[in-house]
Amino acid sequence: MVQEPHRLKETPSQTAGPYVHIGLTPNFCDIHGVYDTDLGTAMVNDKTLGERITLRGRIFDGADTVLRDSMVEIWQADSAGFHNSPSELRGTADANFTGWGRCPTSGEDGFFHFDTIKPGKVPYKDGRWMAPHITLWIVARGINIGLHTRAYFSDEAEANAVDPLLLRIEHRARVETMIAQRDGNTYSIDIHLQGPKETVFLDI
Amino acid sequence: MSFQSNQRPETGAFFARDRGWHAPALTPEYKTSILRSPQRPLLSLDGTISEITGPVFGHSMIGELDNDLIQNYARPGESAIGERIIVHGRVLDESARPVRGALLEFWQANAGGRYRHKKETYLAAIDPNFGGCGRTITDDDGHYAFRTVKPGPYPWPNGVNDWRPAHIHFSVFGHGFAQRLITQMYFEGDPMIWKCPIVQTIPDRAAIEQLIAPLDWGQTIPMDARAFKFDIVLRGRRSTLFENRLEGN
Ligand SMILES: [Fe+3]
Repeated sequence: MVQEPHRLKETPSQTAGPYVHIGLTPNFCDIHGVYDTDLGTAMVNDKTLGERITLRGRIFDGADTVLRDSMVEIWQADSAGFHNSPSELRGTADANFTGWGRCPTSGEDGFFHFDTIKPGKVPYKDGRWMAPHITLWIVARGINIGLHTRAYFSDEAEANAVDPLLLRIEHRARVETMIAQRDGNTYSIDIHLQGPKETVFLDI
Repeated sequence: MSFQSNQRPETGAFFARDRGWHAPALTPEYKTSILRSPQRPLLSLDGTISEITGPVFGHSMIGELDNDLIQNYARPGESAIGERIIVHGRVLDESARPVRGALLEFWQANAGGRYRHKKETYLAAIDPNFGGCGRTITDDDGHYAFRTVKPGPYPWPNGVNDWRPAHIHFSVFGHGFAQRLITQMYFEGDPMIWKCPIVQTIPDRAAIEQLIAPLDWGQTIPMDARAFKFDIVLRGRRSTLFENRLEGN
């Protein structure tokens, strides 16, 4: 017999189900009076540093139908490239920026929408720089384990071209699935859960 | 000023996720997964600073009744109808270390199996005193507790006669965004657990049993509420002792 490393098993994921909004954004689905506001609705305030942007998009299933019952969370660095987290040891993040947002994709058109700032670049493990990006996490009925992906920015072509993650995408045509397209101050990205335009999802 | 290893900032990458322990994306018996499951392989990425870090939620954001679903939506002097229960446990990581400051959010159907949602069509009655959501943050030992009523089972459109066993949905934030987890808790002894297509998306029986909370007789509050114990395990971190030094920062 050898010694065992004694590691616990991660709690298995289960789908967020059709009523994820009851738990995570109750005011959004008309459950008022329990929490003053839904968490993650305000990422910035008047003093937040950086370029104000909107990230918006929709999520499509394999039949190209828009999901109206899902929920998206984002996590990102501040304008200087620092995360608002105790694990960020390289510097202190902007105290006026949460870095985290949560938005249901429901209602008529199925769009999610975040008012945020454009993040700075952050280092990869080997010292190279990653292009500015926003991490997305998507849950919904029918999704058994939350899906991670990233949104990069269409006007950062130079940085994107040497981004260590984007460089690892074998089928180069799929890089486009992670690039949010700029129009004014709005970046748009559509998430495709499957099919020819399937988004690159991450096992992180 | 502390020598304790658990006081060091957590900067290690997470252990690789054991995807075989979780449900696969495509589980045809759970029909909605058919069109919502990615078909291409996931791109594996050893965690970067973007995944090792995560948002922090302070105890100050938690309201007095946030962890009491019996009262937090009830009219003054009234309370939710149903079997009164306490759900409590610890949030640990895979190395069995407590995860302090973890935000837990939970939601559930009422005692009759009915959700308070405009898309919900089950004929069971709405409880005017039950909203169905709550939240809390773990203490320094990773402990949490909340009070609620035991949710009822409910039928759902999948197969001709599919029912969800009684369950509570949990959303968990650890310390890194890669630990983000949503799951469901079931109740010990419920025969419906083993008939549910959503439960059965998980391939390993031992993994399913990790979601079943036992009756915790010792923590029962006499003449008030029974207790169920549900421990949650989030991904653990590698030690940073021998990590390659980051350059350029
Ligand atoms: Fe449910």
